[in-house]
Amino acid sequence: MSMMWRALMGACAVTAMGAPVLAETLTIATVNNGDMIRMQRMTSSFTEANPDIQLEWVTLEENVLRQRVTTDIATRGGQYDIVTVGNYEVPIWAAQDWLLPLEDMGEEYDAEDILPPIAAGLSRDGQLFAAPFYGESAMIMYRTDLMEAAGLEMPERPTWDFVFDAARKMTDRPNEIYGICLRGKAGWGENMAFLTSMAHSYGAAWFDAEWKPQFDGEAWNRALSDYVAVMNEAGPPGASSNGFNENLALFQTGKCGMWIDATVAASFVSNPDDSTVADKVGYALAPEGEKPAMWLWAWTLAIPSSTQSPDAAKKFVAWATSKAYAEEIAAADGWANVPPGTRTSLYENPEYQEAAPFAQTTLDSIMSADLANPTTVEVPYIGTQWVGIPEFQAIGTTVGQQFSAALAGQATVEQALQMAQQIAEREMTRAGYPK
Amino acid sequence: MARNVSETRRWTVTFIAWGIALVIFFPILWTILTSFKSEADAIASPPKFLFFDWTTRNYSEVQARSPYFRHFSNSVVISIGSTLLGLLIAIPAAWSMAFQPAKRTKDLLMWMLSTKMMPAAGVLIPIYLLFRSWGLLDTRLGITVVLMLINLPIITWMLYTYFREIPGEILEAARMDGASLKNEILYVLTPMAVPGIASTLLLNVILAWNEAFWTLNLTTSQAAPLTTFIASYSSPEGLFYAKLSAASTMAIAPILILGWFSQKQLVRGLTFGAVK
Amino acid sequence: MATRHQTTLARLMVAPSVLLLLGWMIVPLGMTLWFSFQSYNLLSPGMERFIGFLNYEYFLSDPAFWTSMRNTLMLVGGVLVITVGGGIALALLLDQPMRGQGMVRILVIAPFFIMPTVSALVWKNMFMNPVNGLFAWMAKAVGAQPIDFLAEAPLMSIILIVSWQWLPFATLILLTALQSLDSEQMEAAEMDGAGAFSKFTYLVLPHLSRAITVVILIETIFLLSVFAEILVTTNGGPGYQSTNLTFLVYSQALLQFDVGGASAGGIVAVILANIVAIFLMRMIGKTLE
Repeated sequence: MSMMWRALMGACAVTAMGAPVLAETLTIATVNNGDMIRMQRMTSSFTEANPDIQLEWVTLEENVLRQRVTTDIATRGGQYDIVTVGNYEVPIWAAQDWLLPLEDMGEEYDAEDILPPIAAGLSRDGQLFAAPFYGESAMIMYRTDLMEAAGLEMPERPTWDFVFDAARKMTDRPNEIYGICLRGKAGWGENMAFLTSMAHSYGAAWFDAEWKPQFDGEAWNRALSDYVAVMNEAGPPGASSNGFNENLALFQTGKCGMWIDATVAASFVSNPDDSTVADKVGYALAPEGEKPAMWLWAWTLAIPSSTQSPDAAKKFVAWATSKAYAEEIAAADGWANVPPGTRTSLYENPEYQEAAPFAQTTLDSIMSADLANPTTVEVPYIGTQWVGIPEFQAIGTTVGQQFSAALAGQATVEQALQMAQQIAEREMTRAGYPK
Repeated sequence: MARNVSETRRWTVTFIAWGIALVIFFPILWTILTSFKSEADAIASPPKFLFFDWTTRNYSEVQARSPYFRHFSNSVVISIGSTLLGLLIAIPAAWSMAFQPAKRTKDLLMWMLSTKMMPAAGVLIPIYLLFRSWGLLDTRLGITVVLMLINLPIITWMLYTYFREIPGEILEAARMDGASLKNEILYVLTPMAVPGIASTLLLNVILAWNEAFWTLNLTTSQAAPLTTFIASYSSPEGLFYAKLSAASTMAIAPILILGWFSQKQLVRGLTFGAVK
Repeated sequence: MATRHQTTLARLMVAPSVLLLLGWMIVPLGMTLWFSFQSYNLLSPGMERFIGFLNYEYFLSDPAFWTSMRNTLMLVGGVLVITVGGGIALALLLDQPMRGQGMVRILVIAPFFIMPTVSALVWKNMFMNPVNGLFAWMAKAVGAQPIDFLAEAPLMSIILIVSWQWLPFATLILLTALQSLDSEQMEAAEMDGAGAFSKFTYLVLPHLSRAITVVILIETIFLLSVFAEILVTTNGGPGYQSTNLTFLVYSQALLQFDVGGASAGGIVAVILANIVAIFLMRMIGKTLE
């Protein structure tokens, strides 16, 4: 017994010891995207300049990150000093006083330099609540060689019909070339991001002015039918489990003719180290229906109001989203790897323009996004490829499941839309809309 | 002649058994092999089995991203700590249930087991709030206690089954000889129950090591075990099969080795009194 | 007979652990019960209020609820059939004399030690991926169209992954039970001219019944709460096709942050689990006593 006791007490002692508490340790929650992992690698320059600040990184997959961070912030758990959040969450969380306003970011910071559409989405009453780390819109990446072989020429901004037609012509199944790769994996940030943007461009809306869901409308039906049809005829197998990463892999290995997705992908598909088709990629603006398809997303760094070290956290956020950081990355990994889409100065930099052939298309896409007017009709919400209400994550994901089932052929377009309408009505009633 | 038949039969059995065993083991083998490939070789078609440029680069890149040894030592402390703590509580409880059973003891045990089927996500928020007020978030103590409680029903139940196999007469004989309760447990019960306790311990270390909901949600960095380590790879960015494999290999290797070395003990006790 | 004094002492010594056990069972359950009657969404703080049975109404009338019930049963049933059936077959095979039996056992037991997250990741990416997975390559090698397992047969794929993890467990327990079978009995049966089949049905199977019951009981407890495998591979989709009860509660709690609804779901799940437990109890009572 005494042996066992000793072992037990030992175990307890080790357990209780925990970790030493340092005065200024910043715990940073971030997503496992390439740019964030690069940031983690670059931090020595920050810690050298600030020897009194230690950094703890918590790198998680996007959904796990969102779930962890939301739980912690909403319960004021205080586990994180800096969180990586999307521009969808920022206004909602800022309204709950969950985030600290980013004042006094230092003289060098130049907040005016941030691209206006991005800054507007992160501010409340003119006050910035999160600093954009990178910003993105959507565009078409396409294989110039396949487009030529199909006898077509990509306009600067094609119509949806042109895209569908081209996709069918480029498809060559025996050789594993699929004309178009689009997101199909269920999730509000996966297939619903693309489909929301597409449907908005078809003139559809999520909700009317009374917050009534609109999936029973004709515009949604047209959008979803076109999507399912073209994916069945010209999409890769297993499209209903493809998200951003899967499509990136497909495109990089030369299996996609066109890919409509986030502009950040451009720097990956054009990097000869990872991409087998780097020298054959062309870029065009996202397709146009009744309105151009819009998309605006930013991964931002924000400081929860439950942090113990607001000043140190602010220092870090300022560093990671500064012009100087961009220059450091450029010096280390080249201009093409600088986090894009946040600052005007980057797009005015001739070196960047030269290193990134997609720079102008990216900038034009971002500048044309209008969070308040995503579609042809008036909507009560903001958001281009998402809807800025707290309930959207849940409804978006459940609806996304239905649309993913339609893509997989396990439901018809009509059934999926009907289910979506039912789910959305239910959840909106439950949440107490119209508010 | 008969010898010949049995020899043939023996080789046939050997052949089939090895075939099946290799199929079952193949996913693990494949993961380990892939972890030594370059990313391009990892997705090469046709797949490359052994003839590729072996590299350990993936391991160093994974290590650069997150401190493996911290996660590893957290996993060790949490899984062993929670199991020992659980045994400490469960041994007396199981003892009483086995030798002083009340009328509804079995129902009680069943009910305890059934709470294990409660979806953890349903209780996360209440527990998170409690942990926040007690300052237990991201502490090894906190997560150890939770895992102990999670596995307590299984531990108690397993021990109960083993203890029940011990004939009551032996205990009574010991009592007649004037053994105190302490001595009874220490010198009579424990030696007889050692195989059972050992396998309970092993099984629960394995369960605690692999627990991926509470560990992920109640720890952040200081107390985060290997399940959090693997969580940052759970959606491979781009096509990083090799790095995913390296991280997976690092996360499963310790428990796999422990399991292999202790499989005899594990199996001996794992039959839950099912073998008479 | 134990003295009265000793019995009291025993009870006293045991009381703290039993109380702790009960406390752990009851406190979270109580809290969950409390929250299940509240309107409480993490994303809209300050709006908590008592709403009676509304959460239960929503949970039970959720279109996903019945699908998830069906999926839960199919998942548990499917894995049980595969692991118990496969386990018996494998145990019979491994019980034969052969070369390198120890090594074979080591290979067979390995999947049981693997983290569910890891095994799901490995299966999803390296085997079932329709473009780069090994299965796709095998299909292409024989000239067939690769199957997209996780989209076309999501529940089946998950059953396969989970079965792979639990087959070793069943095999080992059944093998141990088999090894304790009296060889004299077997020989006697052979002398009487019993064929392999009748030996199996009249001798082996009854001998294994206890072990089989134990396998079913333990596996059911874990299979009812399968979660990580679904989260990593299909996220419950497409549609609700691979959503089980645990995953449904998870999506309420941590995707919708609806604490009230998730609590109601948790309580429903516990009630169902208890029904299963009573059922199992009956079964065990018959076989184990």
